[in-house]
Amino acid sequence: MEKRDFTITAETGIHARPATILVQTASKYNSDVTLSYEGKSVNLKSIMGVMSLGVGQNADVTITANGDDEKEALDAVAETMKKEGLTD
Amino acid sequence: MSLLLDGLAASSGIAIAPAYLLVGPDLSIKKQHIADKNHEVARLRDSFALTTKELKAIRQRAHQDLGHQAAAVVDAQLTMVDDPVLLTTIERLIDKHSYTAEWAVKLATDHYLALFEQNDNDYLNSRALAVRDVYKRIISHLLGVKLPDPAALDHRAIMVAPNITPTDMAQLDRRYVAGLVTDYGGRTSHFSIMSKTLALPVVVGTNAATKKIKDGDLLVVDGIHGKVIVNPTEQQLEHYRLLAGEFAREQQAWGALRDQHTASQDGRKYEVAANVGSLSDITVARDRGAEGIGLLRTEFLYMDRTELPSEEEQFKAYRQFVSGMDQQRVVARTLDIGGDKRLGMLKLPREANPYLGFRAIRIGLAEPTILRPQLRALLRASVYGRLAIMFPMIATPEEFSQAREMLDDEKRKLSRAGVAVADNIEVGMMLEVPSAAVMADVFAPDVDFFSIGSNDLIQYLFAADRGNSRVSYLYQELHPAVLRLVKRVIDAAHAEGKWVGMCGEMAGNPLATPLLTAMGLDEFSMNSNQILPIRSLISHLNNRQLQPLVHRALAARSAREVEMLVKEYVPMLRKS
Repeated sequence: MEKRDFTITAETGIHARPATILVQTASKYNSDVTLSYEGKSVNLKSIMGVMSLGVGQNADVTITANGDDEKEALDAVAETMKKEGLTD
Repeated sequence: MSLLLDGLAASSGIAIAPAYLLVGPDLSIKKQHIADKNHEVARLRDSFALTTKELKAIRQRAHQDLGHQAAAVVDAQLTMVDDPVLLTTIERLIDKHSYTAEWAVKLATDHYLALFEQNDNDYLNSRALAVRDVYKRIISHLLGVKLPDPAALDHRAIMVAPNITPTDMAQLDRRYVAGLVTDYGGRTSHFSIMSKTLALPVVVGTNAATKKIKDGDLLVVDGIHGKVIVNPTEQQLEHYRLLAGEFAREQQAWGALRDQHTASQDGRKYEVAANVGSLSDITVARDRGAEGIGLLRTEFLYMDRTELPSEEEQFKAYRQFVSGMDQQRVVARTLDIGGDKRLGMLKLPREANPYLGFRAIRIGLAEPTILRPQLRALLRASVYGRLAIMFPMIATPEEFSQAREMLDDEKRKLSRAGVAVADNIEVGMMLEVPSAAVMADVFAPDVDFFSIGSNDLIQYLFAADRGNSRVSYLYQELHPAVLRLVKRVIDAAHAEGKWVGMCGEMAGNPLATPLLTAMGLDEFSMNSNQILPIRSLISHLNNRQLQPLVHRALAARSAREVEMLVKEYVPMLRKS
């Protein structure tokens, strides 16, 4: 299992556009990808789940990936977060 | 007979065209059970597949007009229909309770909507809107009814709908849609914002538009004042045609100035900047052609919370403002609380005269644990662009030196710790206490700039609260007493080679503009939507020709007299 912590620096948090792109990215991999925030965990392939967390600015989140391509999945998610301006 | 509907002006402009009603079919459903679960799951999957297909078609059309913004809205909805968790949840509901697909879809979406709506924030509310949009589409396929199709419009018309969904908006054909009127919705709703991008006149929140307006009724949509006129009289039509023409000419003139520097007709340069109080204001400021930020109100970081913001949090926020304006100047004002603005985390004693009490820099100097972290955060952010810092409510030169010493001290500490700080940070002060205005020549050698806070300066000058309707008549921006003081400040600063800005409402008052430009004010900072009108006005003014106006205004006896003089010298302001 791969696990990484992130701090969301974007002013609007994980809003519609990056949420959509994050879900699209995670969905490309076989691994189960999970987003955890304030004690709640959701499937990162579920846009409804990601949006229901309401992750705002300065939130500390943890993303875990579990499966045969877990490392690649987490790398891709981390890169997308950066590219979408969610993290520094 | 003509009929007037009042609403909220959501997007500027005037449209005159027939109405096109966009009212949907009945999508209400009841709780029902079925016997054949497999058949129900198959229906469900069909409805999802049809929804995906429809959304993809909308996405393709969306691309042409609204570009990426609309495509992103549709993409978000596509990922919802593709959501594996959503689909499994619904299938499980059918399997476990033998619900109809419709009811199971409703339960699952209601569950998420409840989650989204318990949080009172715009982000989740806009998500809720998208979920409702997807829900309607799926249900329409399950029920076999057609949603109204905004893309079917084939003539120029004004859309009238209970509400405009994001996908409705994405499908609008710009060739035909002249304006929008809705029963519900607010100024900041998603489609209001998209309408501004399209420069489409919009009036929202009329409550009754879909009931009072019939298909084909002639409408006037006045997106400037938030009015809709149904079947206008010939006279009303004439009036609005004129207004529409004027608006279009103004827009054109202002639009052309967006990326221009501000200069008077005789070539003197000025800066027209924006007052901002949140990060989203930066986007608007840039969109309206701001040449910088003349006043960054830092209070937003302290509002609605029980503890002071950390240095780190402040640093991250300031960095975004500073880098958001590229290399344009951002003037940050240190915490200005007390008086009218109270904060929960600071236990300030009640005062008999809060406006004359413990506030702004007086708090900052007495409570360094509040001011010092803010100064450090600002200094650290300075390397990301062009930062200037100013202290509010300075009354004596000692106060300014003390504040400046605190700033220099933090700068030294940061340098010793190896933290980078820009070396070109300008340090100035708000000029809003009359004593400081009178002594401007004493302050001038020690500051890099003055920013005249006209709102407070005028209140203190006339000893009148402009929020008190019984004395607010004394608040007079054009009064010679104000002008004499402003002139004194500008002359004192210029004698020392320093610049002067103004960040109160007077800076955006067109009747004051000719006087301020002719007296040599260097920077005007205002609400973003006033920037282009003021830049446009300045471009028509000739400073040399306006010098006699300044002389006569300074010698006038009243604000009324000054106003008449301004209108005499600048004919284009006569209807202001």
